Amino acid sequence: MIAPLRVIARLGRYTLNGVSRTGFAARFFLAILLHSGTAFRRFGLTIREIYFAGVLSLIIILVSGLFVGMVLGLQGYETLETYGSEEVLGVLVALSLVRELGPVVAALLFASRAGSAITAEIGLMKATEQLSAMEMMAVDPVARVVAPRFWAGVISMPMLAALFSAMGIFGGYLVGVVMIGVDEGSFWSQMQAKVDFGEDILNGVIKSVVFGVAVTAIALFEGYDAPPTAEGVSGATTRTVVTSSLAILGLDFILTAFMFRGVS
Amino acid sequence: MENLVEIENVTFGYGARPVLKGINMTAKRGQVIAIMGSSGCGKTTLLRLIGGQIKPSKGIVRVAGQNVAELEQDGLYRLRRKMGMLFQFGALFTDMSVFDNIAFQLREHTELPEEIVRDLVLMKLHAVGLRGAANLMPSELSGGMARRVALARAIALEPMLVMYDEPFAGLDPISLGVIGNIIRRLTDTLGLTSIVVTHDVQESLKIVDYVYFISEGVIEAEGTAEEMRASGLPFVHQFVHGEPDGPVPFQYPAPPYAEDLGLSL
Amino acid sequence: MSRAWLDLWVGLFVVAGIGALMFLALKVGSMNTVNKADSYQVIAHFDNIGGLKVRAPVKSAGVVVGRVTAINFDDKSYEAEVTISLDKRYAFPRDSSASILTSGLLGEQYIGLEAGGDSLKLANGDRVKLTQSAVVLENLIGQFLYSKAQEGAPQ
Repeated sequence: MIAPLRVIARLGRYTLNGVSRTGFAARFFLAILLHSGTAFRRFGLTIREIYFAGVLSLIIILVSGLFVGMVLGLQGYETLETYGSEEVLGVLVALSLVRELGPVVAALLFASRAGSAITAEIGLMKATEQLSAMEMMAVDPVARVVAPRFWAGVISMPMLAALFSAMGIFGGYLVGVVMIGVDEGSFWSQMQAKVDFGEDILNGVIKSVVFGVAVTAIALFEGYDAPPTAEGVSGATTRTVVTSSLAILGLDFILTAFMFRGVS
Repeated sequence: MENLVEIENVTFGYGARPVLKGINMTAKRGQVIAIMGSSGCGKTTLLRLIGGQIKPSKGIVRVAGQNVAELEQDGLYRLRRKMGMLFQFGALFTDMSVFDNIAFQLREHTELPEEIVRDLVLMKLHAVGLRGAANLMPSELSGGMARRVALARAIALEPMLVMYDEPFAGLDPISLGVIGNIIRRLTDTLGLTSIVVTHDVQESLKIVDYVYFISEGVIEAEGTAEEMRASGLPFVHQFVHGEPDGPVPFQYPAPPYAEDLGLSL
Repeated sequence: MSRAWLDLWVGLFVVAGIGALMFLALKVGSMNTVNKADSYQVIAHFDNIGGLKVRAPVKSAGVVVGRVTAINFDDKSYEAEVTISLDKRYAFPRDSSASILTSGLLGEQYIGLEAGGDSLKLANGDRVKLTQSAVVLENLIGQFLYSKAQEGAPQ
């Protein structure tokens, strides 16, 4: 075959692979939803996974939140001071965190901390035939292994995002009020006046739930679809982090366009 | 004796590459059947067909009178509760202790109180001689112990059929003898039917009732252990006596050596 | 990890998460610097408070001496009624004047308190009579444009 033809053939093969993978992913996602009964009937299974996905991600989320908030306080002060409006520092820190940084950065951290762990775990279970063994024992691995992890991720994500935001606001307060000396009253009062519960906080929570669904589903799918070899699992882990990071940022743009269009 | 497993004229291939070409096979109740052949000849595929994890492209697989390929998920899962399977490297659940591994099916499929589960698990562990290892994690077990735990797990629900995928692979001679011994003893005492997929001829010929030799996706020979030892068929002879070259060539199919090296005259 | 520990940790996690959400939702007022006990309340009426918010600072000579605690509308005089809570440490003459000012060009609005000459001091529940409303930028620009138009009009 001549070279250009080969390129076209390869392009076609990639496209077909991509489309059929998408189809498999959709079917997999549907299967998770259909087999979610076990995850709630035997909530102990889900609690276990909340521990691994949520509780073990706490440290990185809290520490990152604190630092992000402190940086926001510092940078925000530098800029606002030029216009003599340091009082709105609280608003700047809170809105940035609640609307964007909280859900997005927490989801990115969640993808690299918990998402990669989920992929590696499921991938290894597949490579060592544990999933096959479960199937041969008449236990559906999607219901027993996959669905509890999915719901654990979906439940953990908004909690982590809220903790990230709260920690960040505290960090902004530390730098802005305690260190630099912005007026404490106006820091909080301006924040209270400008941050709306429905418009800002609730939308932030909705975002984090969507990210939770996306990251966990991607991580589970990559693990389930991983070739049962060492390279297969490590490749799948990398793909989880890359794909879910892109998905988070893409979804964030779409959600933001829907939620905050025409708002301030 | 009635047939528990019947495989009729089964053909199967992954993609375009056929793995099995028209296999006929039966396993009677209470027997230990061995399926032998060189690595990669489709032995494991055969077990997956019996377990219903894959469907044959042609032919019928029947277990206890039911056509496995035609069962819905519910029926298939009901049937699988009566099957046990020992995977090649045990496939123990790495996040559970030995005890929980064996209790897994009891807890998933029955409503038994925890004291009874405990007694049953200890009985199974005792049968494979590992009652003392109940609280170890799978990562703390040696290969032979892991295989024995997996065996205890496979018989946890007292199945009628147990399938063994390479139970002898990678074991030291003592563990080898132990595993073979347990397979024979469990089959006789529990009234099981065992299907052993292996390439370990010497060890399996000691314990099996009937042997099938598979090569290139077809059955080359079959018979009892004695018949196989005495067989004059070149393939069986090569296999049983472990000769490096014979009907199964040493060389993977390739163009002539000289031509490949550019020495064609 | 035993089952009980697992449940405990996950329980703590969920409580912390919900706590963080509550914190975000309520933006806790516990950071309030003005304590009710160490302060006294006075009332001031304004024609227009502009963008003044509850908890905005009250400053005298640039020093924060109190906070706005409530803003209401008086439907008899059609004025804004602003309740100010002042620090007990600072006493102000009764004829002090309050004006709504803006810090910087775009900054927040606060109340400036200018001391008068009366020997009697403001007490709890008193009213500040002399007030000056907020400057509303739009009105200012409107006036400016209007006067420009007047100037440029043909005689």
